[in-house]
Amino acid sequence: MAYKTIIEDDIDVLVAGAGLGGTGAAFEARYWGKDKKIVIAEKANIDRSGAVAQGLYAINCYMGTRWGENNPEDHVRYARMDLMGMVREDLAFDMARHVDSAVHQFEEWGLPLMRNPETGSYMREGRWQIMIHGESYKPIVAEAAKKSADKVFNRICVTHLLMDEAQENRVAGAVGFNVRTGNYHVFKAKTVIVGAGGASNIFKPRSVGEGAGRVWYAPWSSGSAYGLMIEAGAKMTQMENRIVLARFKDGYGPVGAYFLHLKTYTQNCNGEEYESKWFPALTEMVGKAYLDTEGQHLSHKPIPTCLRNHAFISEVNAGRGPIHMVTMEAFQDPHLEEIGWHNFLGMTVGQAVLWAATDVDPKYENPELTTSEPYVMGSHATGCGAWCSGPEDVSPPEYFWGYNRMTSVAGLFGAGDAVGGTPHAFSSGSFTEGRLSAKAACKYIDDGKGEGIVVSSKQIEDRKKEIYKPLETYTVGRNEIVAGTVNPNYINPRQGLDRLQKLMDEYCGGFGVNYMTNDKLLQIGLKKMKILGEDLEKVAAEDIHELLRAWELKHRFLTSESVFQHTLFRKETRWPGYYYRGDAMKLDDENWHVLTVSRRDPKTGEYTMEKAPLYHLVGDEEG
Amino acid sequence: MPTFVYMTRCDGCGQCVDICPSDIMHIDKSLRRAYNIEPNMCWECYSCVKACPHHAIDVRGYADFAPLGHSVRVHRDEEKGVIAWRIKFRNGKKDMDLLAPITTKPWGQEIPQLADVAAPSDEMRNSELLFNEPKYVRLDDGGLHTLESNGLKLKEGVYY
Repeated sequence: MAYKTIIEDDIDVLVAGAGLGGTGAAFEARYWGKDKKIVIAEKANIDRSGAVAQGLYAINCYMGTRWGENNPEDHVRYARMDLMGMVREDLAFDMARHVDSAVHQFEEWGLPLMRNPETGSYMREGRWQIMIHGESYKPIVAEAAKKSADKVFNRICVTHLLMDEAQENRVAGAVGFNVRTGNYHVFKAKTVIVGAGGASNIFKPRSVGEGAGRVWYAPWSSGSAYGLMIEAGAKMTQMENRIVLARFKDGYGPVGAYFLHLKTYTQNCNGEEYESKWFPALTEMVGKAYLDTEGQHLSHKPIPTCLRNHAFISEVNAGRGPIHMVTMEAFQDPHLEEIGWHNFLGMTVGQAVLWAATDVDPKYENPELTTSEPYVMGSHATGCGAWCSGPEDVSPPEYFWGYNRMTSVAGLFGAGDAVGGTPHAFSSGSFTEGRLSAKAACKYIDDGKGEGIVVSSKQIEDRKKEIYKPLETYTVGRNEIVAGTVNPNYINPRQGLDRLQKLMDEYCGGFGVNYMTNDKLLQIGLKKMKILGEDLEKVAAEDIHELLRAWELKHRFLTSESVFQHTLFRKETRWPGYYYRGDAMKLDDENWHVLTVSRRDPKTGEYTMEKAPLYHLVGDEEG
Repeated sequence: MPTFVYMTRCDGCGQCVDICPSDIMHIDKSLRRAYNIEPNMCWECYSCVKACPHHAIDVRGYADFAPLGHSVRVHRDEEKGVIAWRIKFRNGKKDMDLLAPITTKPWGQEIPQLADVAAPSDEMRNSELLFNEPKYVRLDDGGLHTLESNGLKLKEGVYY
């Protein structure tokens, strides 16, 4: 093979994937590890990578304890309510008690946070959200990470973690390839912090053709956070907890600022409010503890995201779609109109393009909304990710094994989408989790836990062969046909992705089946997944760019398989509006008031599933 | 809205190739200019549009749902710390200019070099504190929240 092997040795902290989680990790690691070797491996260019590449118009997780607004436990209560009870409250509390210190530093670094002219505090969009001019959010935090890191390797697609051969279940670094030069990169490290992203594009998207890239979460979020960790045998949690978003149709522009700040609201095609009429039946499904419309009205508790989706989906199915966002009132105020447009330009330019193309002026026309295809990630209103240790002073014994945010693999840490059970972290919380894992990783090294790691040249060479195999498959198979993409011995990455998306959609509860699945469908789906897995051994890449797509697909596949296993395991409908188990249409607290935990055996590929207890640290009512 | 590149404006400098998060802006080998090799993996994030020194890159809404004839252009100025947008509707009835700040400080100067700040004490290492904490949590003299300070207790499997 013509590609060079480039080895980076003696790394203390390797950050794999530098979005908000990874930049937080690299930045903080320097403080606790003054003389440690900190290296970043990033698939794109750190200045514009990850989910925040195009910017954000809000920071969605800020307590405001400084202004007497909220305490960390208030946020835990909110996240738990929104996720129908399923939250790692120790991790959520820990993130919330630190997150403000990250946000205050962002302001010091130059990130424009809007201020309320009357009170001097930050401009609130909602109880947890503050408004920012965040076009350059990512370049700013990237600057901080670059200052702390010894080396930043851009354009490295990390494909696998390296494992220690002296001690079972201990990480030893990572490998991947440069998507431009094609060179093979080996990173030998005592600790790895996975800051890679969650998964878009694993369920069939509503858009077709060119528009397939206009997904809600970035198309480059390839589930690598999960693909890397699952493949290494790390335990995962809550992978069934995919998220469906109610967003502006086609462009998937954000609705948070519209609802919370601009005070717009939704209605059906007849101009009627529709949500409340679905609530009595929904209360029967999920129980009064999770939806008590009257009580909720009195206490002003927000309705969980999934349940609002449920009302939306039900109303459309009843033939009263489309659902409109009523913007015509708010947009008469020129100031609010400007905010409405800035909100898109700052984080989803495509929605502005779409409205310009379709002449939708929200001042004179109420735009359509839709519910998206599902996504698997761990930092929005959903908590997929690795089963991680919590902090020593908060976590009960089942949740604590020595180092904060360490997975069940020694030396392997997570941040952002990678960590399970911590929804509502968003950008600032992900950055904070990166900081927490960096401190813990440095402690792990100082405690001597990363000594004596052995990585044989065989492991390195085997991975190299495996990584470049799709190029080989192409070269051999291509010669058998005249031209074109149809080949009896291989599929290309796009063909594989199309198959995965169709399969996930039809068997695992995508939009095409109204988010519905059941035991039988999941069993059939898993059989088909097994065969897809075999065919992915024959995925072919024409060039290095396609090789990147091939490995993204493999990460998406591993993520999807885990979603299947978890969805099959949890025999209840915990989140109506995210997905439904048609054979168990009720929320079942007697059997499923637990977190789901899985492990895929790296040698056999077999899954084992278990239930883990939920610990609560706050009551439902605010003190 | 995948991106496309105007032939007469692109000089093949590769800034877009360098910045694209999706690795889809590549240089055409015979024309030595950039183009979008995979429009259905384009997020319309505008990273390349903003990075192009010649404004050679533009966006045409996704063919499967966006009609032709619109325009959303941008100029990002790091020195002035602002970004300027112009949105033109297909029917020509709306033509908006919008301006927003992108930073309040000169680039990168206010970000600390953590290698140079004082090393944390052992006490701090053994605490739950992060860099700049507890001060930056509330910007006062208060400490970090703990279960004890907030009167909390973790209880197993309680159904509140």
